Order: sequence, then structure tokens, then C-alpha cells
Amino acid sequence: MLFYKLYKDEQGRKVGFLQGNEACLEAALIAGLKFFAGYPITPSSEIAAVAAEKLPMYGGRFIQMEDELSSMAAIVGASMTGKKTMTATSGPGFSLKQENLGYACLNEVPCVIVNVQRGGPSTGLPTQVSQGDVMQAKWGSHGDHPIIALSPSSVQEVVELTIQAFNFAEQYRNPVVLLMDETVAHMREKIVFPLAEETEIINRHHSEVDPQKYKPFDTSFGDIPPFENFGSEYRYFITGLIHDEYGYPTTKPLEVKNLLDRIHRKINDHTQQLSLFEQYQTEDAETLIISYGSPVRSCLGAMEAGRKKGMKIGVLQLKTIWPFNPEIFTKLPSKIKNIYVVELNMGQLILEIERVIKRKVNIQGINKYDGLFISDQEILKYLEQQQGKKS
Amino acid sequence: MMQDIIHQYLRPSKKFPHVWCPGCGDGIVLSAIVRAIHSLGKSKNETVLVSGIGCSSRAPVYVDFPALHGTHGRALAFATGIKMANPELTVVVITGDGDGLAIGGNHFIHACRRNIDITAVVFNNSIYGMTGGQYSPTMKVNDYGATAPYGNIERPFDVCDLASAAGANFVARATAYHAIMLEKFIKMGIAKKGLSIIDVITPCPTLYSFYNKAGKNIDMMESIRDRTITIQKAEQLSDAEKEDKIVVGIFANRDFPEYTGIYSDLMERAKRSVKDEELL
Repeated sequence: MLFYKLYKDEQGRKVGFLQGNEACLEAALIAGLKFFAGYPITPSSEIAAVAAEKLPMYGGRFIQMEDELSSMAAIVGASMTGKKTMTATSGPGFSLKQENLGYACLNEVPCVIVNVQRGGPSTGLPTQVSQGDVMQAKWGSHGDHPIIALSPSSVQEVVELTIQAFNFAEQYRNPVVLLMDETVAHMREKIVFPLAEETEIINRHHSEVDPQKYKPFDTSFGDIPPFENFGSEYRYFITGLIHDEYGYPTTKPLEVKNLLDRIHRKINDHTQQLSLFEQYQTEDAETLIISYGSPVRSCLGAMEAGRKKGMKIGVLQLKTIWPFNPEIFTKLPSKIKNIYVVELNMGQLILEIERVIKRKVNIQGINKYDGLFISDQEILKYLEQQQGKKS
Repeated sequence: MMQDIIHQYLRPSKKFPHVWCPGCGDGIVLSAIVRAIHSLGKSKNETVLVSGIGCSSRAPVYVDFPALHGTHGRALAFATGIKMANPELTVVVITGDGDGLAIGGNHFIHACRRNIDITAVVFNNSIYGMTGGQYSPTMKVNDYGATAPYGNIERPFDVCDLASAAGANFVARATAYHAIMLEKFIKMGIAKKGLSIIDVITPCPTLYSFYNKAGKNIDMMESIRDRTITIQKAEQLSDAEKEDKIVVGIFANRDFPEYTGIYSDLMERAKRSVKDEELL
């Protein structure tokens, strides 16, 4: 049963009052989603419910699998037939998905994994907000593997970044993690869906080579090999073992190294294209708040309130978490003396920020991990206290 | 002639030799799968092999079909995604007793329950060969393994009972010794709409034999031959008399509705339930 209704505005765009989870699936349909496999888990359940209802209307298919492991396996299998696929989960399920997420990274299988973050560790706080899975998104699966992760701060951004997640997955032949959080997933806002002509949809690149000469991991096309569907005239083998260009298992040191280098290079060399971020009033800022996901809203509130009191505050919002883009931080205006990193965890992305900022500047985390959302007043109060200490 | 068929199906680009030990039964089972697919006239392009991890799961690398060598236990889960996303494909799962019944046990029963049109061949040697001979969920009580130095204390699964109870449309058992019977059952399984489970008793003359002093391949094959009885014969025996026997035959052959077919009907209903302007 759907708990929202879509209307058309004067320009013909679909509009509605949707929560993040609902908007995520609606956006996935715009991006071309054709297969969803999932397992019930709070606070992501609405995504699967909307998928179950809407996908068959659009000629897509939905399945509720027996567990998180199999739902990840199912979307990888489905993607091999050429379909755009997605699953949605939360922390405990994200832990289980790591197994076949690694498989998808190694075999360069496009797919989208939504993680609506809740408090952890373990079963944690099933109904409450957190951003505790930021490092897990990067390092959760064993072995070195490339990952793309995006994090929306509003329901409208859920729409934007869900479509972007599918586009990146297809373009780079890589799984993309959409790191939502409980607040953005359950918050309702007025949403405008873009018209087809306003939306760029990217599909995976197919090869034109003779099927007899096709190699699924051919490096002669550059770092992103063309993809061919299972069921087409291109017959090939994929494996979770380290493989050569044909996909066959190998332990030859040069082939092993070349493969790992290439799958990382294809992401790292495109960090600038993958890096999405917003800057708010940073030109004259002396204090910079860095954040991502739903806390960005509170950061903007704190900025506005602080500016009224004469504090020169700016906000840097990261929409792309992984790959991490050091250039954003090395190019920050030199007036910035204090950097505050707001996260709903005990301090995860701050470690990357500290790593890349070489110049002398005060970097501090503002961290909340009690299951509650952080307010603009809390952030502003902390900033004022710090300013008081210095003066 | 059998060799001609096999040669048509070997991957032209694959470098041999294969990973299996001399005397392993896995090659016989793979050959039966290939002959079954061939005799049904299935296209190579539209027949997908999916496997998990273990000795048996290496089979798809050698034969010329689109194939996914997945993660441990998840073959049926990957296969479910492939079959759901493109129901036109013929999907054959190659798994072992450890892969399919232990780490993949949950996927096994749920694939049977959904009755999705996939044929799974369980290469059942009652031991984990690739990792060094640990006891598997189909090992008999008191058999030995690397992790059962005092004899196995766990009761084994009967793969066919489990699959039948869980709802698979077609369930049969054969052995690597009875290769023609095996080919026939695999063929029936692939032709059947719905989930098919073919349990294949196959010898591990390396590790099972090492821990259980079962002799060479010939000895193990003769033992399989001598212990094999039909379902009809088994019905006349007491449980004690059946203890060491391998019961072969067709355990289930029925026509519960198949999952992707039911889903296609659901899609028609879903499309009819909306007005065109409601769709984006």
C-alpha cells in the first residue's frame, strides 16, 4: 500500500509529499531500475514496500529473499543479465551484504546498495538515526576494493543522488552505496521529480567486438571494460577468485597486481568527476562546518544564526563520501582558521579530513551518537563555546 | 561419440588441466550435465551455469556457457536473481554438499519453497575436499574427517527428503557410477518447470578415502555400485537394513506452480491496476 500520492505541476513534473525512502524508489524507477531484491529491515523497509508495489507496474521484478546475503547475491545475478538492480538495508544487513558487495566490486557488476543508517553497533538502535557506517561503506568487505558512496541531506537530494548512484554504477561498472540515514529516510518533504528531458540517464557501455574475441575484463578499452549480458551471444565466465582478462582464475603475480591496480584506478582517476559537494558562504568564512547527510540541514541553520551574530561561518557539504576527494580541502580559502566536522558518529570522516589538510588549522569534531538528531542550536552553542575559550 | 559432444562444449579459451584429483567423480557428473543440456537442444548462449565454492563448483569454468562462479553457499541466490531478471534463460546450479546444504542451507530450502525454475545438481561426496577433508552435513555418523578425528557425531541430511519436504517440483538421486541414470535425471530436472534437485553421490578418493581408508577410486566406485538400491527395493527394507545403502530414483515429480510464471501473472495484474497517467 502506498502512503503518498503523486500529482503533476504546471510544467508536467511529478510532485508529491514524500519521505526519503519513498522518494528513493521513485527516483530509482526514473533511473531505470528493473530488479529489486531485499530483506525486511528497519528503517529502510518502505523502499522495499514501494518496490514490491511499483516495479511490476513498470515491467520490473521484485523479490523478498530469505536473508540479506541472498538479496545482495540476487541483485548481482540479475545485473549480469543487463538489468539495473538495487537492494536496500540498514547497518546489520549492510554487514551481511559485504560478502557479495566485494564480489560485485571484483567482477565490476553495476548495482546500487542503499544503507539507511541506524544506531549501532550490532542491533543497536533500530529506529534511530546514525552515520556510523561511513567507514564500513569503504572498508566493510575484505580485501582492497573500490567503492563509490553518496550521501543525501534532504528528500530532494535523495532523488538527485539515487539517479546519480545508478548513473555512476553503470558508467564505472562498480557498485554504488547510497548512504542515507534514518532522518532523511523518514522525513517528509515536498518533492519535484525531474522530467525525462531534464534527467541524464547513463547505461552501461557494450562492446562491439566479435563474440569469439570478447574478454569480460579486456584492458584494451581502457580501465572500464565493456559489459555484455548473460543470455547474449557473448559467453563468458566470472568468479570471485582473482581473474585474468578472460575471467579465469589466476595467481600470476603480474595479473593479480594489474587487476587490483586497474579496478582502483578506474575510480581514483575519476575522483573529480565523482566528487559532488556544495559550498555555502565559504568565500569570507573564518569558521567552516563540514558535514554530509541529514546533519547538513542543521549546519546551515547554525550558519545562518551565527552569521546574524557576526560569526563568519561557512558550510561545506559532501555529497560524495567515497572516493574521498582531497582537492576540496587543499583548495579551501586561507582565511579559514577553524574547521568543525559534524557527524552522527564518534568521528569517522574527520579522520580523512585530518589526513589531507596539511596546513595549520584547528580541526574538531562535533559528534552526536545518542540516537537523536543534532539541532542547529547545539552546533551553534558548541561553536560559541569554542570561540569563548579562544577570546 | 560422447567425447565429440564434450569437446563441443569445452571453453575454447580455457587453459587446462582442471583442478580435480585423479579419480574424482566430479568430471563424470559434469559430463552428465553437459550431455543432458545437449540432448535437450538448449542453446549455449541461453543456458547459464551458476556455482558456489568448493571442488564441484569449479566445474563451470571448463564448459562453454555463460557462467557465474559465486561465493560460498550462494549459488542458488545468484541463480534466483538471474532467473528472475530473465526468465527465458535455462539456469543450472552446480553445488556441493557443504556449499549447498551447510553454508547455503537456507538458500536451498527457500529456493525449493519458491519452486523457481532452476535445476540444482548437488555433487555429494560427504566431505569438504578443497579445504582438507572436514565433515559435511551429509557425512554419515562415525565416518572420519579432518574435523571428525573421533568419528562424526552429527546426523546427516538426506538431501532428497529435505528438497521434497521444502517443496521442489522434481527431486532425484543418482550416483557417479550410474552415469546414464544421472544424465536422465538431470535431463528430466531441466525439462521440469519448477525447482529440480539432483543429489549425486560421488567419490572423493583423495580426502574422504584418506580419512576413511576407502581405497582408490575403483574401490569407492565398486562400493557405490554395491550399496546402491532403488526406491522400490528400499521400501522393503528396515531402517537398519537401509543404514549403509544409497537409495536412487525419483523422489518427487509434481507440478506445483512455478515462481517466475506466478510473478509474470502478478505483473499483468499490477499493470492492469494502474491508469496510464499514474505511471511516470
